[in-house]
Amino acid sequence: MIEPDRVRELLQQAFPGGEVELVDLTGTKDHFQARIVSERFAGRSLVEQHQLVYQALGDAMNGPIHALALKTYTPEAWARVAGGR
Amino acid sequence: MDQALRDRIKSTIEGHRVVLFMKGNRNFPACGFSAQVVGILKKLGVDFADVNILADAELRQGLKEYSNWPTYPQLYVDGKLVGGCDIVTSLSETGELEAMLRAGAASNG
Repeated sequence: MIEPDRVRELLQQAFPGGEVELVDLTGTKDHFQARIVSERFAGRSLVEQHQLVYQALGDAMNGPIHALALKTYTPEAWARVAGGR
Repeated sequence: MDQALRDRIKSTIEGHRVVLFMKGNRNFPACGFSAQVVGILKKLGVDFADVNILADAELRQGLKEYSNWPTYPQLYVDGKLVGGCDIVTSLSETGELEAMLRAGAASNG
């Protein structure tokens, strides 16, 4: 279990200037869904993008967070996705 | 992580072209995310090896360090981590997963 605000803080620190959207899916502070838009993802594979996120969360992934549904985008990729809605 | 475990992980990943490390097994997935990836692979008719990490505590911890990936399921194709449930789902929706699996099969004859 971890405070959603703490998760947001960790992500915002790791992706400065990026867009971070976090949802506590179950209201139990251990199943989250995150959408992150950041320049840091540019030129990286999806695996590498998600590894950056896991790295930012560090020990929180080792127990406190049971599940994290993750969507990562570069600003360009997000513009395409959002534009197509 | 000791060398024996590292070697065991490596040989498991390289032992089959498509390997899914999951909670439970293909017939009885013990987690919704694992079940989802099994469903995608079955739908594509892919031959894959499933490894139940719940039955192997050493492997469960070791693979996280080996791959720098903290969650399960983990899908490997041609010895390389493709991703977890989110990435596999997304790649299957765009057709990239099928292309990846078919491309390798063709080059292997």
